[in-house]
Amino acid sequence: MNSFALADCSTVEAALSQLKDGAVVKAGGVDLLDRMKNGTDTPARLVNIRNIAALRGIHPTDQGLTIGALTTLAEVADDPTIRSQYTLLADACGHAATPHIRNMATLGGNLLQQLQCWYYRSADFQCLRKGKDICFAFSGLNQYHAIMDYGGCPSVAPSSGAVALLALDASVELTSAARGKRTVAIKDFYVQPDANPHRFHVMADDELLTAIHIPKLAPGTRSAYQKYGEKESHDWAIADAGILLEMDGNICRRAVVAMGAASPVVRRSHEAEAVLTGKPITPETARAAGKASMTNAMPLSMNGYKVQLFPVAIYRTVLLAAGQMDRDPSAAG
Amino acid sequence: MSQHQTPPKDLPEAPSTALTPAGITRRGFLKGAGITAAGTALIEGVQVFQREAVAAAPQNVKEFGPEPFPVTLQINGKAHALQIEPRTTLAEALRIQLNMTGTKVSCDRGVCSSCTVWLDKMPVNSCMTLAIDAVGHHVTTIEGISAADEMHPVQAAFVRHDALQCGFCTPGMVMSCAALLEKNPHPTEADVRYAVSGNLCRCGTYPKVFAATLDAAGQLASKA
Repeated sequence: MNSFALADCSTVEAALSQLKDGAVVKAGGVDLLDRMKNGTDTPARLVNIRNIAALRGIHPTDQGLTIGALTTLAEVADDPTIRSQYTLLADACGHAATPHIRNMATLGGNLLQQLQCWYYRSADFQCLRKGKDICFAFSGLNQYHAIMDYGGCPSVAPSSGAVALLALDASVELTSAARGKRTVAIKDFYVQPDANPHRFHVMADDELLTAIHIPKLAPGTRSAYQKYGEKESHDWAIADAGILLEMDGNICRRAVVAMGAASPVVRRSHEAEAVLTGKPITPETARAAGKASMTNAMPLSMNGYKVQLFPVAIYRTVLLAAGQMDRDPSAAG
Repeated sequence: MSQHQTPPKDLPEAPSTALTPAGITRRGFLKGAGITAAGTALIEGVQVFQREAVAAAPQNVKEFGPEPFPVTLQINGKAHALQIEPRTTLAEALRIQLNMTGTKVSCDRGVCSSCTVWLDKMPVNSCMTLAIDAVGHHVTTIEGISAADEMHPVQAAFVRHDALQCGFCTPGMVMSCAALLEKNPHPTEADVRYAVSGNLCRCGTYPKVFAATLDAAGQLASKA
């Protein structure tokens, strides 16, 4: 790691005053230290927000639930309210990385982690996302990369928390010293690589992600998230599904099918949702939804297997959400 | 290893962008000014800079580094005074500066958990934790998990069950299993599997780790 100065801040206002001259925010530090150890990031100054107590905690509100950005993944996964009402968020946070990383990593940091593409993470490759005009994954090793919506960069959305929060219609609270607070929906938070390959999200350099807001759910809502990976632990998903079903008896009034590891930005499959909406949840409708989710798939040279895996992930997670199947023992999460 | 025992002395100066007037430290200024100026002009300069720094320094911000600075870490119930840089990881502070090499570093990326220590009884990866973030917390390492030369019940169970082969993952594995028993004295095998799901054992000795931990839990329960 390069040598750097560190400004340890104990309040949000103090941290906001330090967001200048290229200073980089550190919360749990897991993703940032990884990039600094790789040599891809060499900040001269870190703003340590890890000890800002006001940014931790899970608070029920009139509108739903507010989660402080520094709440750890373990705290989110273990929270009784989240486990019972927002099950897919507990599932997503409870199976990211490893138990010890979940004790350190924050929900805000999970949402802001950068791409896990091995070319992007290597200091030896200067790619499209680093300001050059080439992507090495298209003609190189791309077995974990995107199968849809990728444009010029097929690295996949790395945050499992974002998959769950997209399905929940959640939003993030961004705070700056100059402009105060604003709220951005998760669906509008991430930037498609073709829109701007040098930005991952719409947060400005002088803003801090301070909270996550989740609206109240309709009665009869059930949800689940499952992640499939090469290893049971630590790995990011190669296929994952966040499913939210608003049930009226056995009829699904509204379905949300969210996916992370298919595309550079977390996405909903409106094709799969259309299959489920207005119908009973059965193995047949769940299977049809999985199949419909791959309508726009354009796999790369090494990831055609994902076109088979995603429908299975969606089929099983729909049935898990509906209470018709136990957690899949072959799922990594 | 001896050349790593003390912090390097030839640290590069902080890049000039990091030293804005608001962020300048008295020590940093004196160090720089000592090279270029002397006499009353220096004294006046210091006073001016001090006033400006106080006026502009935001409340609730503490500046550290990039040069080494002194901290006190509470490790295994004992206070250790040492010099660290902001970039010093807890694993480096333990192994290189304090010579507590029971904590192992394998991947140095949080993948393998062989560097597991407790921060206030919560297992974390010391390779991905900055030492400065351990200040104010109680750190427990494999050296401090039990009193004196006595083995912790999990360690004793690992011996009984032959729950190690090459042994490199063992300190981290023991820390994860012992942390589980602190939180949940009556775990199921599924609980143990979940607790060590981040601990990579390349030799594949997991079944014996599960058996040893369940055995240790039983022993602790019978004593309680």
